[in-house]
Amino acid sequence: MIKIAGLSQTFKARTGAVEALRNINLEIDNGEFLAVIGRSGCGKSTLLRLIAGLIRPTTGNLLVGGEEVTGPRRDVAMVFQRPALLPWRTVLDNVLLPIEIFRQKRSVHRDRAIHLLEMTGLEGFAKRLPHELSGGMQQRVSLCRALIQQPKVMLMDEPFSALDALTREELAFELQRIHMELATTVVFVTHSIQEAVLLADRVAVLSARPGRLRRIVDVDIPRPRSFGHNAHLEHVAACSAELHQLLLSSEEAPQTSSTDLPAGRLRRPRPGTKVHR
Amino acid sequence: MYATDYLRPSAAEGPTEPAVTDKRTRSRKPQRLSDAVLPALGAVLAIALWWLATEALDIEPFFLPAPPDVVDAFLRLPGYLLNETLVTLLETLAGFGIATVGGLVMAVLLAASRTIERMTMPLIAGINAVPKVALAPLLLVWIGFGTQPKIVMVVLLCFFPIMVSTMAGLSSTPADLGELAHSLSASWWQTFAKVRLPWALPQVFVGLKVATSLAIIGAIIGEVIQPDRGLGSVVVSSGQSADTPLAFAALTLLAVMGAALFYLVAAVERVLVPWARAVSA
Repeated sequence: MIKIAGLSQTFKARTGAVEALRNINLEIDNGEFLAVIGRSGCGKSTLLRLIAGLIRPTTGNLLVGGEEVTGPRRDVAMVFQRPALLPWRTVLDNVLLPIEIFRQKRSVHRDRAIHLLEMTGLEGFAKRLPHELSGGMQQRVSLCRALIQQPKVMLMDEPFSALDALTREELAFELQRIHMELATTVVFVTHSIQEAVLLADRVAVLSARPGRLRRIVDVDIPRPRSFGHNAHLEHVAACSAELHQLLLSSEEAPQTSSTDLPAGRLRRPRPGTKVHR
Repeated sequence: MYATDYLRPSAAEGPTEPAVTDKRTRSRKPQRLSDAVLPALGAVLAIALWWLATEALDIEPFFLPAPPDVVDAFLRLPGYLLNETLVTLLETLAGFGIATVGGLVMAVLLAASRTIERMTMPLIAGINAVPKVALAPLLLVWIGFGTQPKIVMVVLLCFFPIMVSTMAGLSSTPADLGELAHSLSASWWQTFAKVRLPWALPQVFVGLKVATSLAIIGAIIGEVIQPDRGLGSVVVSSGQSADTPLAFAALTLLAVMGAALFYLVAAVERVLVPWARAVSA
């Protein structure tokens, strides 16, 4: 669905050139949920904005659905860190905003908008104004707005990071349900290992600036995944440990595979953890 | 908003009234009462103090008329005063209307095109810096007598604040809303009409409210320099006939007109931009 080849991005800042991304090569299948994880400033948001077509790449090839990315597209929806709801519009009107901008008929899509609101637990809030909703609810509206376009690809830039921990878990869980139902391709930028392991099929780990693709970790835990009982905690722990290792160790340190972890932690490779180098 | 999160049950339990709206609906009745009572009380207290001052300090009506003298002036010439009030009001409204339309159009134009903005902004800022009082005699030369020069004076005073605050509003669109519009590949016009303009409305109303008092000042400047009709002329002519109570009656009417215009604009704002108060602190 998404093919990224040799992608590099350099920004011109006041103090000189800033290399945000270097030589990213990545292929994302249709219906796959890819998490992109990395420290602050490693270029994950830049990568997302490149895929969205909001900025042009300095070098490299970017194909979404077989077509080159030249600008924002209707079949690619983006969810931002802040809900970005228009405060003068009701919840329903906010969800229908893309329909209006695409000059399609409101009446045709109105029922689907209401269904989306019900799906995210917002039934009865259609006529409310954004300021009457909590942060988590606003972000759900923003999610509905992205879904009304029936996008082939959803790009999510740390959508839950402005929310409290419990709401994050709740929304991550809901996102999993929506992804299982709609099977949209999702690229999910986060700095939470917990979210990445809960939601993703694969996790792409970016190194510090300039962002390079350090490793892609498979997460083979069967769905639906949860935080509570039957959570396949061993698998989750193994993946989380792997990701922690990648994110928190310095790049110069020898890269340990899961077989080489010191005694006292994991003694042998856990089933369900595959590592691509 | 976030503080009330843990007060509210999850959405799965059904829609509930957020705590914030509860407080507002509960106290709306007594608040409406105090909305009317407190300003009236303030006015009554001010008048009482004024009356007390004139009595206690034994001030001559020629210098500072006591409230009864002013009321007496009202009752002497009600028709005359109301007629002149109407004249001033029409001048004010006409000038305000023209300045609003002109200011908004100009602001949109300057917000749309950087080249036009760079060309005209210094010019407009310079013209606005010229004291309008100095221009009043020139208006007499260019336009002559009657209400037109007064209307022009009103426009000159109101145009700049309305234009500048509208421009400020249009250029203050938050980055995340702009990015949202970009990600939906909205055209310039769609972004302007659906995002930038509604966002700018609170700022536009700031300019309009400032302009209401300036509008009346403009009308009065015109009338004082060229007295023929209107409350400014009443003040001038009553000064010439040493009828200070009448001058005060005219000034009181002006003050009432100014306050009424201001609150009218505020009421329109509450209708057109109901979300602004909720979004800010």
